Amino acid sequence: MRKSLFVLVAFLAIAGSAFSQDFVVSNGGEPSTLDPALMQDTVSNTFYLALFEGLVQYDPRTSKGIPAMAQSWETSADGLTVTFHLRDAKWSDGTPVTAQDFVYGWLRTLKPETASAYAYMIGMVVKGADAYNAGKGKAEDVGIKAVDSKTFQVQLLGPAPYFVDMTAHSAFAPAPKWAIEKYGDQWTKPSNIVVNGAYILKEWKAQDYILVTKNDKYWDAKNVKLRTIKYLASDNLSTNYKMFKAGAVDWMANGIDLNMIDEILLRKDYQSSAQFATYYLNLNNQRAPFNDVRVRRAFAAAIDKKTLVEKVLKGGQIPTDEFSPPMAGYTPQLGQGYDPATAKKLLAEAGYPDGKGFPTLTYVYNTSTGHKVIAEYVQQQLKTNLNVDIVLQNMEFKTLIELRNKHDFTIARDGWVGDYLDPNTMLELFITDSGNNSGDHRNPAFDKLMEDARMAKGDARMKMLEQAEKILLKDDQAIIPLYHYVNQDMIDTSKWGGWFANPIGYHPPKFIYKK
Amino acid sequence: MSRYIIRRFLSLIPTIFIIITLSFFLIRFAPGGPFSSEKNVPEQVLQNLMRKYHMDEPMWRQYLRYMGDVLRGDLGPSFRYRDNTVNELIGQSLPNSMLLGTIALLLASLVGIGVGIISALKQNHWQDYTVMSIAVVGISVPLFVIGPVLQLVFAMKLHWLPLSGWINSRDGFRTLIMPALTLSFPYFAYIARLSRASLLEILRSDYVRTARAKGLAEPTVIWKHVLKGGLLPVVSYLGPAFSGIITGSIVIESVFAIPGVGRIFVQSALNRDYTLIMGEVIVYSMILVLMNFVVDIVYGFLDPRISYN
Repeated sequence: MRKSLFVLVAFLAIAGSAFSQDFVVSNGGEPSTLDPALMQDTVSNTFYLALFEGLVQYDPRTSKGIPAMAQSWETSADGLTVTFHLRDAKWSDGTPVTAQDFVYGWLRTLKPETASAYAYMIGMVVKGADAYNAGKGKAEDVGIKAVDSKTFQVQLLGPAPYFVDMTAHSAFAPAPKWAIEKYGDQWTKPSNIVVNGAYILKEWKAQDYILVTKNDKYWDAKNVKLRTIKYLASDNLSTNYKMFKAGAVDWMANGIDLNMIDEILLRKDYQSSAQFATYYLNLNNQRAPFNDVRVRRAFAAAIDKKTLVEKVLKGGQIPTDEFSPPMAGYTPQLGQGYDPATAKKLLAEAGYPDGKGFPTLTYVYNTSTGHKVIAEYVQQQLKTNLNVDIVLQNMEFKTLIELRNKHDFTIARDGWVGDYLDPNTMLELFITDSGNNSGDHRNPAFDKLMEDARMAKGDARMKMLEQAEKILLKDDQAIIPLYHYVNQDMIDTSKWGGWFANPIGYHPPKFIYKK
Repeated sequence: MSRYIIRRFLSLIPTIFIIITLSFFLIRFAPGGPFSSEKNVPEQVLQNLMRKYHMDEPMWRQYLRYMGDVLRGDLGPSFRYRDNTVNELIGQSLPNSMLLGTIALLLASLVGIGVGIISALKQNHWQDYTVMSIAVVGISVPLFVIGPVLQLVFAMKLHWLPLSGWINSRDGFRTLIMPALTLSFPYFAYIARLSRASLLEILRSDYVRTARAKGLAEPTVIWKHVLKGGLLPVVSYLGPAFSGIITGSIVIESVFAIPGVGRIFVQSALNRDYTLIMGEVIVYSMILVLMNFVVDIVYGFLDPRISYN
């Protein structure tokens, strides 16, 4: 009797889970914070998408902004003022979401004492924001205001066409002033947190899991299907993959087990999609021999990226000679492509016929099997096609970053992921003395085009950015792009709807449901 | 005796102090810092961060500030996990590692000593060869192989045990079985070899021969004379082993998704999370010196040759 009862209970439990809308995600790690103003890693960002909602949110298919807290918005004729009209929405404690919550949230991100890494995103576009964040301006002078409780107005520095999309980012979140002032640093704890997203924070077991449940006060609650979502903090991709295969995980959100790539490629629940991101070789433009553009171009011509991707990496990455991925209205400009004959010729012109007299360069990369195989491939290509020897040196990630920041390298492995869907987020890297311009590319013509594009609109602006990329790659070959990254996820889309492979790789859980 | 204990205990304080001081400065010499990342933050943001965590102050003042906080029992905020203090992070994860480590070490000691006794008494018989071969495997096969193999067999194929995770309402404590087994394996192997070797030595000693010569029954000889002396090396090994095992294993915690302190330790070093590294160093070194202290005391009771007066 006892045994049969046990079997019955077990059956009901299994049957229940098969029909219920419970979703388990292996999230790849512990979030560094649940405070939107402080978020800067992808793991934390997943929780932003579940718990909070900005003026707009990411369209699950295209990653473009779609109405969220803002029902509609309009931009003034000069493109410098954007007015958002908020919908009737409530925080999880029942308080209405107002324009004042946005003013408070944005100013909080910008406040120097908050020390938010992404404050610069607001500073890039909003008038007076950068000065306030730098401690040189006043909060009152930041170009945001609550016209009334449902109207939020922003003054921009230039007619940035990507601004509205940007506000889907966590740095632009509204914030519940009353909860933050009451609980201080403790406001993100499950018992204290007040949210305005589709889910509320139920349990937070550090390093173990985070459980969120549907928020009944959410404005669109009737369209939210998943009842609970459990985010596992496990960072071991091999264990996560086993969990996925055993049915204990529904979505592997943080990469795949590369050792199993041959098996994974055959599975229909493997999802890969082009990411708005590029893996590239960073060349020190100011240091010999790369201060000669012919040498940079010769190296670019000596590396067969297609074979790298197809035979070595095998994960569906997209080999490329461009830096900014293509998008509507923008045609990327290509640098030197694979061409061994040209490579040899260019190197000879630069004074190193058949690689003679060429110094032995060091290629630095951060320790990881993935980066190592790429480094070895590049090493072998340069030997074969240019008769040039390079030495590989791996190091801890923070050490590599330090070398890159100090421009203390000759060739370094590098990668960049766009923050929003616009070539600007890729190309601005290479402006003279920009904080991330570790290859030290310097070209006043490029800088001018990037500066002009800030104030331009529409097609003209895209043409300027195209022109800038042409200088960067065709004229200067400042870097050697290798491929565009892909998002690699495991999820069975015949079972789960509302999840789409998309370029930014954000998947708002509000749209996900069991079919 | 008690005077010795007090004196010995007080000498732990300068040891810990030196460890904290050295670590504080050493970690700051490592290239990069807590706020460097693939995407560099703009200078002003960096300044804001430095100010918030008092890193804009001269090093000596940071040091004094930190020591003051530590004396008050405050290990500071984590640089990486910005919603948590170091006290919270260690407080949440250390008990998990301690529980798992204690189970594993108990298991390893019981089985290891038992096996050691059997193989010492049956030296060069098949029993001895069998268990010692297993012990060699235990020492030489790394945990990141044993763990996944157990997972494959007991979770994926046989479905007897949960694949990974911590104690929960569905699986209860069954989640601990595989990680505890895996974790205990190398310790078991080492304890078995250690106890076998030292027991063999004692079995050949004069006082055991005397005991047998005066006609004592063999079990009495073993229990009263051989084991007491033969297990001394095991006791001195258990001290550092205990402090090592309860402070977490990155491999076990990663493979079995265990919310322990080992994973945080390694991550904090890679993240240059200065306060978290320091917190871990303090906790670890305190446990280590305390365990060694305990071992010294226990020795006094076990070994009649040692006197503390």
